[in-house]
Amino acid sequence: MAKVGDFPGGGPPGFAARVLELADELRREDMRVGTSELLDAFTALREVPWTDQEDFREALAATLAKSQEDRRTFELVFDRFFFRAVEREAVERGLTEERFQGAGDRLDLDDLRERIRAAIRGGSDGEMRDMARLAIAAFGRQGDGSGVIGVDVQRIRRTLDLRATSEAEAAADSVPRERLREFERHLRRELERALIERTRSFPPSRPLQDFERALPSGPLRDLAAVHRVVAQLKRRLASQGAEQRGRRRSEVVDVRRTMRASLETGGVPLRLKHRPRRPRRPELYVLCDVSTSVTSASVFFLSVLHALHDSFRKLRSFVFVERISEVTDVFERESSFAAVSRAIATDAGVADVSGYTDYGRVWLEFLEQVADDLDPRSTVIVLGDARTNGREPYSRAFAALAERAGRTFWINPEPKLYWNYGDSVMSVYEPHCDGVFECWTTKQLEGFVRAITESRPRAA
Amino acid sequence: MAAELNSVDEARDGLAAASYLADEPTALVAFLAFKLAKPVLVEGPAGVGKTELAKALARATGRRLIRLQCYEGLDEAKALYEWNYRKQLLRIQAEANDAGWERVQDDIFGEEFLLSRPLLQAIAEDEPVVLLIDEIDKADQEFEAMLLEVLSDFQISIPELGVVEAQSRPLALLTSNNSRELTEALKRRCLYLWLDYPDIERELEIVRMHAPELDAQIARKLVEVIHMVRGLDLKKPPSIAESIDWARALMLLGADEIDESVLQRTMSIIVKHRADLDVVAERAGVKLQRGRLAG
Repeated sequence: MAKVGDFPGGGPPGFAARVLELADELRREDMRVGTSELLDAFTALREVPWTDQEDFREALAATLAKSQEDRRTFELVFDRFFFRAVEREAVERGLTEERFQGAGDRLDLDDLRERIRAAIRGGSDGEMRDMARLAIAAFGRQGDGSGVIGVDVQRIRRTLDLRATSEAEAAADSVPRERLREFERHLRRELERALIERTRSFPPSRPLQDFERALPSGPLRDLAAVHRVVAQLKRRLASQGAEQRGRRRSEVVDVRRTMRASLETGGVPLRLKHRPRRPRRPELYVLCDVSTSVTSASVFFLSVLHALHDSFRKLRSFVFVERISEVTDVFERESSFAAVSRAIATDAGVADVSGYTDYGRVWLEFLEQVADDLDPRSTVIVLGDARTNGREPYSRAFAALAERAGRTFWINPEPKLYWNYGDSVMSVYEPHCDGVFECWTTKQLEGFVRAITESRPRAA
Repeated sequence: MAAELNSVDEARDGLAAASYLADEPTALVAFLAFKLAKPVLVEGPAGVGKTELAKALARATGRRLIRLQCYEGLDEAKALYEWNYRKQLLRIQAEANDAGWERVQDDIFGEEFLLSRPLLQAIAEDEPVVLLIDEIDKADQEFEAMLLEVLSDFQISIPELGVVEAQSRPLALLTSNNSRELTEALKRRCLYLWLDYPDIERELEIVRMHAPELDAQIARKLVEVIHMVRGLDLKKPPSIAESIDWARALMLLGADEIDESVLQRTMSIIVKHRADLDVVAERAGVKLQRGRLAG
């Protein structure tokens, strides 16, 4: 068998090692690159010309990145890796590049702004890069930047007066968000290049930030992601108990169907027919905090609710601030998310006077109105930050409703670090829940889904 | 007329000849799948041509297409093989008196009594085929585990018969709408291809290829409207197939311009939800009107 490093096409020496380094870096970004993926990659590279950048990159991507998220990470790491590889070479050989110097004096700044905008809107990659360099030369005061690349990028962006919009057809002086991100990436890279050249040293590589790794998205994309996770939740809940079905525990033979089937085989009952076990219908009660302390999270929560309503029929939802209000019919009536949030904002009637959350009162009201409907088959999910604004938490009321429901889960939009600081009384409610989760991204939502569907129901 | 795909360009041209306009990554993955005999996992939103890719590959390589549609509860009997009970029983009854048990037992578990299902068919075929496993995410996880043997070693173990090995290596395509996470083990065995909605120019080419008689101006307008509609918050954004349908419908209607009334009448071709219809009528109508005033 040929050694991994042998390329019939004649890759340069050390080529295989470079690919391995790349794989190492991918692993550091939490991609699962196994040996078998690497072997595939090398086999694939034998088939494509390694001199063609796009083919080379696609071949690696197809063999190493196995999901859309991984694919995104791969692109970022690939770019960074080969960019750095070139720069390192340049530093080692002492190469410098000629740059635009003092261009700011001669260029009309307004004209430059216009040109940069045009390039961002419709220019090629190369044009954008040139414009990024020009912008750095003109506005970046090359040589005495702040030293922090992120700060410089933002300063240049402000000087250029670039604003992003998600709608392509908006005002004339704004540019599409994705393209702007692309431009910022160029700025960042050019600044980094300048920094390396200036200091003649090579900064350590920086792990990817969450915001870079996030897929290009708007609120709609996020909504779609939430819907996907909830669909997953539904599937998991629906197929719960499948393992019991598999073991044929306490299965009942359906005599009528067995006899019928035996007609096929001349009256010999070769195949036993069983009565199908009906999976239990999940019954969900979702309580969602929509007060100002969770403003940023409540959009996320409402979209979770919205998605839940699309998937579950036996679902009752409530929103609360100071009082609780059932909004099940709002969700059933309105199918678009925008309409739902409008309806809830205008006439749910949950805020009384102060607009501060009153958890204690919410539990009492919930107990009074709904508790009779709760039974061991129902699951209660609370979405909220447990910040009572100093009011009485009435943990006994909460305990009572948790007692009646089969399972109770709490999803908190704050990082665990902040729980129980200030007026957060998470620890009061926590003992009564079957699980508490911090959750403000779809990824964490997925974690929640996995956790609640893997744990066996208490009252099975 | 089995054709080979010997380079990325050949793959692209072959697919184009089979009326599938592949972009660079798609052509490359098709070529690699062919060369390395590895299955391909194709993911992407509904209606971007995942299934069509498999059909086009079959046409391009002159292979037969064997399709396995996955659904919840799909099991081995439907995917791999099943014993033909009736025939076995007849056999037993025919020989009941004069043959020993041993002989009958040997007989009734022969290939004669085996009903082969898509996966067994695909690997038992003498000529290589294209195997399409559609919507793998709809099947249960257990089913995925069962696929592993087929996809990595191209063999199927039948307890009574032994191991059936592939006569030829099928070109396997798995599609998924990403409705659940597939297992790592399955992903590891596959090449990965993410298909997304094409950009305006490519979609225009696709529409013109399938509806060549449509006026170029209208085709462009149509694709632009489709892209705008995809940008709205819809339950189900229009797929490529739906833009082609729409193009054909406009051709039949002899429309010479896409204005508000044409959109109103034909909207149901591209939008399939009542709530979506309202959104599109409201938003797209306004835009078209403004466009006409400006134009």
